[in-house]
Amino acid sequence: MSNLFDLVIAGLATGSIYALVAIGFTLLWQTSQTINFAQGEFVMLPAFLMLAVMRAGAPFWLAIIGGGLLSVAILGVAFKKLLVDPMLRHGVLPLAIATMALSVAMKESVKQFFSAEAQPFPSIAPSGSVSIFGSSVSLQSLGVFAFGVAAVIGLNLFLERTSTGRQMQAAAQNPTVARIVGVPVERMIMLTFVINAALVALASLLVTPIYLAKFSSGDTLGQAAFIAAIVGGFNQVRGAIVGGLAIGVLDNLAAAYVSTQYRAAVPLVLLIVIILFRPEGLIGRPEERTV
Amino acid sequence: MTRAHRLLAIAAGAAVIAALVLVPLSLNRYGLYILSLWAVMSIAAIGLNLTLGYAGQVSLAQGAFVGIGAYAAAIMTVNGLPLSLAIVAAVALSFFVGWLLGYPALRVQHHYLAFVTLAFSTLAFLVFRNEEWLTKGIYGISDVPRPNIFGLSTTKSLPFYYFCLFTLGVVTLAFWRLVRSPWGRAFMALRENPMRALSLGVDTRRYTLMAFAIGSALGGLSGALYAPLTEFVDPTPFTLSLSLNLLMMVIVGGSGFFFGPYLGAMIAVLLPEWLRFTQGYYLIIYAVLVMALLIYSPTGILGILDRYLRERGAKAASALRAAAKASLPDEAAP
Repeated sequence: MSNLFDLVIAGLATGSIYALVAIGFTLLWQTSQTINFAQGEFVMLPAFLMLAVMRAGAPFWLAIIGGGLLSVAILGVAFKKLLVDPMLRHGVLPLAIATMALSVAMKESVKQFFSAEAQPFPSIAPSGSVSIFGSSVSLQSLGVFAFGVAAVIGLNLFLERTSTGRQMQAAAQNPTVARIVGVPVERMIMLTFVINAALVALASLLVTPIYLAKFSSGDTLGQAAFIAAIVGGFNQVRGAIVGGLAIGVLDNLAAAYVSTQYRAAVPLVLLIVIILFRPEGLIGRPEERTV
Repeated sequence: MTRAHRLLAIAAGAAVIAALVLVPLSLNRYGLYILSLWAVMSIAAIGLNLTLGYAGQVSLAQGAFVGIGAYAAAIMTVNGLPLSLAIVAAVALSFFVGWLLGYPALRVQHHYLAFVTLAFSTLAFLVFRNEEWLTKGIYGISDVPRPNIFGLSTTKSLPFYYFCLFTLGVVTLAFWRLVRSPWGRAFMALRENPMRALSLGVDTRRYTLMAFAIGSALGGLSGALYAPLTEFVDPTPFTLSLSLNLLMMVIVGGSGFFFGPYLGAMIAVLLPEWLRFTQGYYLIIYAVLVMALLIYSPTGILGILDRYLRERGAKAASALRAAAKASLPDEAAP
């Protein structure tokens, strides 16, 4: 029983990271029909940017700020201006392919210009463990979970309660009407790209101490975030949270109770079942079809 | 098309075929391997071009079908069966699995379909890796034999290249006929407007499944050639990235254009080789070039050509109109 409890806690910790990445993924889809196949690499890069700032001699806290700002500039602003904007009017698919090429370019660049070896990364959560209900839980898991949940709640409050957040939602749901009622749609779309960059930078900061910084670490993360986004509901932020946590827990339980070999298959099968029988996701809204 | 155009096209085609037959005579083993790989990948990309470019169904699973074909061919030929039989089995198996994979396409469209096929692709990889009794897992199947064709051994690289080229030629002719048949028009109707196609009496359900099945069968054929080409089959080449690569080939070449896949496969297979002098940077350069191309022309390389020809056509037409207008008053004057 305590074993199960451990697994669920660890699952919730990784799940909250998946949720962060998945939220960014759904935000980009909602506001600008961008399916970002490089989202996993987006999580990989900020850790290396932070490491680069540290190598330049800055302390860890400064590296977090510096690396975070660099991430926002590169993964938010530059990504939108240089790749998304010129391609958006040509439809979903060419842009999706371009992000695939981007993911290759990012992986290879880090491998070439930084290192092909896995790099250790300092943790912002304290080490050690505490005892809850008779089983010991690592502080790192708890810290990651706490940070993840805090970020998600903060983002949700921003989207629901502030004027800017509501304008963002309006711009996502119906850009034409939003423009008519005076929402600066273009600025709102840019804001979602910046928020996505900030979310992946935070996810990078939380996940890298656990899995080390490696150029290829985005592969599994990106796919998990994908699945989380769809399982929860591709068109809702809340869905991405539910999906992220569900996939995190399910992944851990599958590794323990199904088989390590087919561990990765469990979320995929869930994905196919969800798409076939509830394409709008666990708590998403159905998308209207137009002729 | 005017007669001069037609002659020009025939001459260009003959030149390309002559080059494909003659140039390899001077190539070493590695060059022949790369060219054979181009032919094999072209076949898979042609299949994906049917599913995606002509019928408009996004599939991220073509790499998995290449894997299915490769494993089917490797397992059968290693156990002493002839490659011809293995090819038939690989194509039939891929056709059947592709048909089944088409069913989700009847329920969901576009990005959802992309994700279903993406999941299928990863599941297929897990099966290749984990079912050791069948696929020998990560150790792979080695010593896949190359076939004898009419008593001629293709163990050497050059005859095997001609075998791949011949198969590509057969696929090209068959595909040419397919897209010009009523079936080809039904596929395109499916892409352009499925509702309208349905209301005009096209059985969209059947053609959607068919687009998947035929496209996948070509993936299987490509795999059945891939196994004897490399003479070794293990799960590593058949990850999701092969599916993504094939998709990139189709889009970069020009999705929905007949010759798009040949060009896309040539770029994907040859360009990294040509860029090898840049050492570790070649994949970065390749990826950046692909992005730059897509920004410049989202319809791929043939899209650029198509646009150019159309603009020239429009210019010629407007010049004709202007000339006609200018000559009208003259005729009316006397």
